Amino acid sequence: MTSSKVLGTFVVNGEPHEVAYAPHKTLLEVLREDLGLTGTKHGCELGECGACTVLLDGTPVVSCLVLAQEVEGRAIRTIEGLADGPDLHPLQDLFAELGASQCGYCSAGFMLAASELLERNPDPTRDEIRAAVAGNICRCTGYIKIFEAIELAAARLRGEQGQPTREMLYGS
Amino acid sequence: MAPETGMPESGGATAGGERAEGRYLHAVDAASLSVIGKPWRKIDARSRVTGQTKYADDLALPRMLACKLLRSSVAHARIKSIDTSAAEALGGVHAVLVGSELPVAFGILPVSQDEHTLCIDKVRFIGDPVAAVAAVDEDTAWEACRLIRVEYEPLDVVTSVFDAARDPHGMDPADRIHDYGREGNLHRCEHLEFGDLDAAFAESDLVREDLCFFEGNTHLPMEEHSTVAFTDPDGKLCVMSSTQTPHYLHRALAKVLAAFVPPHKIRVIACPNGGGFGGKSDPFNHEIAVARLSMKTGRPVKITLTREEVFQTHRGRHPVLMKSRIGVSKDGRIKALEFETHLDGGAYGSYGTASTFYTGALQCVTYKVDNYHFKGARWFTNKAPCGPKRGHGTPQPRFALETQLDKVAVELGIDPATLRSRHLAEAGSLTANWMRIGSMGLGECIERVCAGSGFRERWGRLPLGRGVGLACSSYLSGAGLPIYWNAMPHSGVQLKLDRSGLVTVFCGSTDIGQGSNSILAYIVAEVFGLDPQDLRVVTSDTDLTPVDLGSYSSRVTVMTGNAALQAAERARDLLVPHVAAQLDIPKGRVTFGGGRVFDCEDPERGMTFAEAVGTAEAKIGTIGTTGSYRPPKSPARYKGGGVGPSPSYSYTAAVVEVDVDPETGIYTVPRIWVAHDIGRAINPALVVGQVEGSVYMGLGEAMMEEMSYRGNRFGVHKIPSMLEYKSPTSMEMPEVVTYLVEDPDPNGPFGAKEAGQGPLLPIMPAVANAIYDAVGVRVDEVPVTPEKVFDAMQRKAQGKEARYGPRELPRVEWPEPRRVRTPWQGGTGVEVEREDELARSSQG
Repeated sequence: MTSSKVLGTFVVNGEPHEVAYAPHKTLLEVLREDLGLTGTKHGCELGECGACTVLLDGTPVVSCLVLAQEVEGRAIRTIEGLADGPDLHPLQDLFAELGASQCGYCSAGFMLAASELLERNPDPTRDEIRAAVAGNICRCTGYIKIFEAIELAAARLRGEQGQPTREMLYGS
Repeated sequence: MAPETGMPESGGATAGGERAEGRYLHAVDAASLSVIGKPWRKIDARSRVTGQTKYADDLALPRMLACKLLRSSVAHARIKSIDTSAAEALGGVHAVLVGSELPVAFGILPVSQDEHTLCIDKVRFIGDPVAAVAAVDEDTAWEACRLIRVEYEPLDVVTSVFDAARDPHGMDPADRIHDYGREGNLHRCEHLEFGDLDAAFAESDLVREDLCFFEGNTHLPMEEHSTVAFTDPDGKLCVMSSTQTPHYLHRALAKVLAAFVPPHKIRVIACPNGGGFGGKSDPFNHEIAVARLSMKTGRPVKITLTREEVFQTHRGRHPVLMKSRIGVSKDGRIKALEFETHLDGGAYGSYGTASTFYTGALQCVTYKVDNYHFKGARWFTNKAPCGPKRGHGTPQPRFALETQLDKVAVELGIDPATLRSRHLAEAGSLTANWMRIGSMGLGECIERVCAGSGFRERWGRLPLGRGVGLACSSYLSGAGLPIYWNAMPHSGVQLKLDRSGLVTVFCGSTDIGQGSNSILAYIVAEVFGLDPQDLRVVTSDTDLTPVDLGSYSSRVTVMTGNAALQAAERARDLLVPHVAAQLDIPKGRVTFGGGRVFDCEDPERGMTFAEAVGTAEAKIGTIGTTGSYRPPKSPARYKGGGVGPSPSYSYTAAVVEVDVDPETGIYTVPRIWVAHDIGRAINPALVVGQVEGSVYMGLGEAMMEEMSYRGNRFGVHKIPSMLEYKSPTSMEMPEVVTYLVEDPDPNGPFGAKEAGQGPLLPIMPAVANAIYDAVGVRVDEVPVTPEKVFDAMQRKAQGKEARYGPRELPRVEWPEPRRVRTPWQGGTGVEVEREDELARSSQG
């Protein structure tokens, strides 16, 4: 069953990577198995859970449904490329500060989907946030800390303080 | 017999039991704490948000093979033959394993060792594994599985408790799903009596009997189970797995692989879990299969389940059919409660014996119950095995009791909040079934959610279609007894203090996302006055870390926390005399804080924490300590009393608001108020997160989640995918107002109790109660789907009973009850017969 491989170049987080890979592989499989970028997760491999969300030319896609061959040369962003060098992206900081990442398995998908929202809409409403992450399932948090983290990250990206309220950290 | 003046302070057994040494810090004023009670980041937060956390499937080793399991395509059959020759001949296949190679049975509970790594003689549900293949890649392993020929001889398929209960005497023994258990397909059958029910019912002003059904549902963790096994360079077996219970997995591996490898040459490492919720608490067939395959091939072998296989692996919420008969006085006091539960266990024992007792264990810890009887039966069926899911066995009876109390409140004309708060179980008291209650903040929880939601003003007064419902609950802070009987600690912690100032905490506990690694750091950092982010925490590795029983029963904060506190206090006591000598001050003035150790009367005089460690190290050598924890002895000494006792109980109250379309029954939940008695929040931000997550998961169970099978169509699971198994998305999640009630418990580290499971419990009944408030119908079944609401509304319109729910129970010949006197009858916590025997022998 070992199939012959093809050679292709994937531009991941701004860097080109030449990869020899089995041509039937999905982008998810190439990222995890051939490039060792295991920050992208899978929860179903059927496009149902959103855990494998990455950005393709700036747009969120479920990488388990993207055939790798189709995206050679296109700009792919994964969780490994969200931080700016040693400095975490505000979304990462807020997910950590609020506990919006519990088991953390869905977090990469949420943060990438949210980062695209904040690119096109710097001041989203709660409902716009709900809609932007509607394709991502989280079983730990009940989404609330995720909504709050995205709202505060948006504020920080706008240059505002974006500090958590007392209720977020201590309850009402 | 039932007293009108409340329960006696103590019922003859010792309260509290053994206490670990060291200061118990529950009474410490919050203002004097520098780490505890603060919303710190989790110590592994950076790793989780940068994608650097290595879950089991993220591991890749040189020469690693992929494993796949061939699973049964039929629900119940004898295996006549297995032919693996074609699979073995396929290029790229390195090994094929079948059941006869691993004949030793295993299972999480000593009383139900009924699983095999791979089925040997028969299969019991669709998905039961029959063979395992290790091959160069997953595709080859799948292909090899397809080439394995299994010949089955079909047996009767049982998919419901009614099927299972049919003619247990007359059935052909060959058709039984298991050849153990009570009879037929009846796995467990328990009958307990506390107090005099007949007299209490006769004295009651109101008696009701209600039937309820709680459908099964599953954990649906985002991470699919995954395991990597390999032989390490020293020739020892290493298994890295997404497990919540590495210690129990170690025991199962040691048992099944005893012919090949001794226990001390097996190392289990629990990887960070991508969600567990109880679904990764059993030792699993796939974990043992890859271990053996790695030994057979001499190469690392990995298995990662598909989402469909996760549904088959299950061990989730038992479907439970229930009857609750309640007798109350005019003011709502519960004089008599008789509870009957029927658990649809699925194909194996799993935690089921404990689950059965849990359906009867916690009814009496929320409100005073004067007399209590419990009958519980668990049935084997040909479906994926049920086990422990968040709340383990207690959400189902909690649903029955809390919806029933709502009906009682309506009949008595008392509002549901007042009815409950009038008769709360008392802090420090013993219940009818001998559970020892510690701190008890339910009254304040009820008041907080009522004040926030305006429940008392709005209940019964909202326009048609809008409603509010209230429910309460309680949960354990850790099971009082271990899974297997032993007298050893439930949790152990080792500390290493280094002259660099680094403190390393070693503990066998497993972080499944709830933050248990961080809890260890916070507690140790508090004692030493350090920043918790500066500690190193090493966990869940059976070679390196002392035993902790695992991440289940909400036990980790209380048990590992107490062990960590003891170890840290012992280490502090090692440092203090040497620092005192160095500073030439009395020992009582040595203070830890801000990374320094100093004289509290002259804070300028002191040294860094690293210097303090070095000072002591120079005098007494390498600094290391241990701490351990064992829960207090339970006063419940009757058979069956081992399930339910806990060092403390958390309490929760919730109000749910619903908007119901009176035409269609379609409803939404705009808002939920929830108050949780946490004892003391070690980290309030993490507690709020656990509460919100519990509310979410409870709402999913209430509204939509269910494991459903084609009952008369061969036992096929209808919806083994994340798209069709509906769970709430960001669009359904309501606004949640969370209140933390802090009533420090004497058994908790710094007074802490559990947070991860209790807040789920009131949500399902609160939804059903709110539906009644909105449209005047009762849905006595979970999930409360719009179809069921619609059905009940139609019945109401036709003048029939305004209710949707079950109308019958399977028939069982119950054994004679084990009778236990209540504390206020002068009981001692053992069966009446044994009490009488003891009395006779002491007289003789």
